[in-house]
Amino acid sequence: MLFTDSAFIIGLVVLCVTYFLIPKKFRWMLLLAASVLFYAYSGLSNLLYIAATTVSTYFVTRKLDAMAGARKEYLAAHKSEMKREEKKAYKEAANKRRFRLLVGLLVLNFGILAVIKYGAFAMRNMNALAGLFGNDNAFPIPQFLLPMGISFYTFQTMGYAIDVYREKYPHEKNIAKLGLFVSFFPQLIQGPISRYDELSEPLYAGNGFQPRRVLFGTQRILWGYCKKMILADRILPAVTVLISDPEQYYGVYAFLGILYYMLQLYADFTGGIDITIGIGQVLGIPLAENFERPFFSKNITEYWRRWHITLNTWFKDYLFYPLSVCKPMLNLSKWSREKLGKTIGKYVPVYVATIAVWFLTGLWHGAAWNFIVWGLMNAVVILISERMTPLYEKFHAKYKWSNTRAYDGFQAVRTTLLMGCLRMFDCYRDVPMTFKMFSSMFTSFNFHVLWDGSLMKLSLTGWDYMILLIGTGILLTASLLGRRGSVRKMVLDRSPVLSCVLTVAMFLAVLIFGAYGIGYDSSQFIYNQF
Amino acid sequence: MTKKKVVQSGVAMAVSAAVLTAAAQRLVQPKYMADVVEGNLIADYYKSGFDHDVVFVGDCECYENFSPVTLWEKNGISSAIRGSAQQLIWQSYYLLEDTLRYEKPDVAVFNVLSMKYDTPQNEAYNRMSIEGMRWSKSKADCIRASMTEEESFLSYVFPILRYHSRWNELTAEDFRYYFGAKPNFFSGYYLRADIKAAENVPEGRPLTDYSFGETCWEYLEKMRVLCEENDVKLLLIKAPSLYPYWYDEWDAQITEYAAAHNLPYLNFLDEKRIAEVGIDFTTDTYDGGLHMNVYGAEKLSVWLGEYLSEEFSLEDRRKEPELAAYWLDICVRYHTEFEKQKENLRIYGNVKGIPEKEEENGTPKE
Repeated sequence: MLFTDSAFIIGLVVLCVTYFLIPKKFRWMLLLAASVLFYAYSGLSNLLYIAATTVSTYFVTRKLDAMAGARKEYLAAHKSEMKREEKKAYKEAANKRRFRLLVGLLVLNFGILAVIKYGAFAMRNMNALAGLFGNDNAFPIPQFLLPMGISFYTFQTMGYAIDVYREKYPHEKNIAKLGLFVSFFPQLIQGPISRYDELSEPLYAGNGFQPRRVLFGTQRILWGYCKKMILADRILPAVTVLISDPEQYYGVYAFLGILYYMLQLYADFTGGIDITIGIGQVLGIPLAENFERPFFSKNITEYWRRWHITLNTWFKDYLFYPLSVCKPMLNLSKWSREKLGKTIGKYVPVYVATIAVWFLTGLWHGAAWNFIVWGLMNAVVILISERMTPLYEKFHAKYKWSNTRAYDGFQAVRTTLLMGCLRMFDCYRDVPMTFKMFSSMFTSFNFHVLWDGSLMKLSLTGWDYMILLIGTGILLTASLLGRRGSVRKMVLDRSPVLSCVLTVAMFLAVLIFGAYGIGYDSSQFIYNQF
Repeated sequence: MTKKKVVQSGVAMAVSAAVLTAAAQRLVQPKYMADVVEGNLIADYYKSGFDHDVVFVGDCECYENFSPVTLWEKNGISSAIRGSAQQLIWQSYYLLEDTLRYEKPDVAVFNVLSMKYDTPQNEAYNRMSIEGMRWSKSKADCIRASMTEEESFLSYVFPILRYHSRWNELTAEDFRYYFGAKPNFFSGYYLRADIKAAENVPEGRPLTDYSFGETCWEYLEKMRVLCEENDVKLLLIKAPSLYPYWYDEWDAQITEYAAAHNLPYLNFLDEKRIAEVGIDFTTDTYDGGLHMNVYGAEKLSVWLGEYLSEEFSLEDRRKEPELAAYWLDICVRYHTEFEKQKENLRIYGNVKGIPEKEEENGTPKE
């Protein structure tokens, strides 16, 4: 079920009304029931996977807490009898047991994800390798239907388990409540990846009806639908045409493809997240922001701080930092300093951790080489950019004009185009083809397609272009205004009537200008596929 | 903001959204006035006086081949056609069910061509058959039975979900007829005065299986029972359309069914009957034998009027003042339209009165 399905929209309205009508103590149960129903709609068998994650996480985190409690009790009881070294040794032994338990949980859950999502990819590569030795199709290709949102809920739940292991907070004692945290339905389609300590309280609280919050939530939902249905789904056919026939659509077309795909991806992903966060807001459950005007970023590192924020912070907190300080990495650091010198040696662990994180980020996005190459290319650009930071600083110090707003704008456009070029791996989903199309932009100068009517043959009419232009303009204006704070709050504070008018206008805009129904290929949310 | 003001704002917002949606919905819904005028036939019925002796249900072979005006003028039979393009048998059944909510005719005439379609066929035709129906259980059932895979029930409840993309195709017609369609039709009949002789009509290709589908039989049986329960006599007909081809094997099945249930069945493709009616396929069809033009429809209606009067003892009601006044209006419009089309044919060569060049550029109607 998608956010754009009529069954979802009707169900959501019914859920929101019911949520505020029933007693507070039952509200989280209603959300759990809705989440289970929502998930079951995508396939009853999928419930097994999410149930396995919930149950395994519940029992392991309970045990982790119990072991931590026992350790504390033992140490408190033997405080006076034990020497410092003995205490340390006891702690280490106890933590080792807890660590092994945690690793077991991570292996189980990431194992499920790996087998289902990456099994076929791995086997195809094994077959290719075996083929080199004359052994074709040596390994059978497993066929699994990817359960909806498995990457999102697995990461969210494992993040929770790691936090419990780190004793950041105690485990959730009610398995049904944990089930709600794992399966909270608005997040299942494309995140955000929430943290238990931020989400649990409002999720279980049974929040009261607050008109202002409901209005803001509704506006955010409608804004999300505007992005998804008016912009993303409208430009989708043109993107499909452009990437489906690279022999015909190269050169300037490839550049247009970048722009179109960036708009589609941004409108689709942020639109979906707006709907998710808006639903949370209506229900009084604040969800983590996943975007912060990424196309205003001055460099790629900043871009990745503003795009898919919750995934990147997850990787930072649960992979990059632990990887940077783990024993093998410290040994590598020591070795590299000794063998390669202090200057180069100090970068080696950072580079290894960065490349590992981006390799996995690429893999997270899809079981294909194009995603892996995309991830690694990001790592390369980030590392080069960071190495060149001193040069940039000198440049900015020397040339004052490089500190102006105009130059900021130039940097934002440059970053956007750079990200667009990297997105070609994602768009064409074929590594050699991506390189071919990228080079065609600099070798084929078919600029005539911009004015000879060719643009009208990309499954877009003049009306479509008009809507896309106006829509993108509104999007940009809203983003610019949003730098000063919540646009919704600004409008409501200025004029409640205007706020209501805008709400109705967004509703009508989606209804009339949305690309949905017969004659349109309504699409999956892109990030739902990851 | 006080609680009262919050509630008031919420209600105002919801009401304005609903009103504007309804207004936009009415605007983008096709009006079927200048083009594909058959789209209005179903809704047109509700403007009638619900006093009909005979009600026809069926597809284009009904609404283009029988003239209720002729039935009235020659035999004093008050009739209505509840037909639309490619109207499927279950749509005919539910339309008959819907009709019985308003009146109890003496005879229901069903054209059997739609027995060939056992599954939902075409969204555009579904829309024309169903959207004009007033809301009732019959309409809801009809939608459920008719929907193709790509359709949704909700888009029948809120047609804006289907027609929203027409915002950039709106014409003056959409604004002119915003508040209602002009009376265009003649008790469900679609008048065409042009002539295109039936030439080189293809023979039917052999089929692997000539049996009608189960769903069709189920609805034919339901229609029979519905008529029986409501004391309406059911007359089965096959209109004299040469194409789509009507196979002898199909005819045999209908004949057998009719005989088994003691129902009259008239096949107007029967050569003897064609001669009896006087149909000339060189002059009485406007599209090469698919449908009768007004000349053919009038001949057919003269014959049928006699048959209905005799077989079903239908009285001549021309002396009923109220009914006569109602029919007078239809007859005047009918003859005016007939004359107008003849005039258009004389001046422009087409019934719509479109100068030749424009017609060439126009999109041909299905």
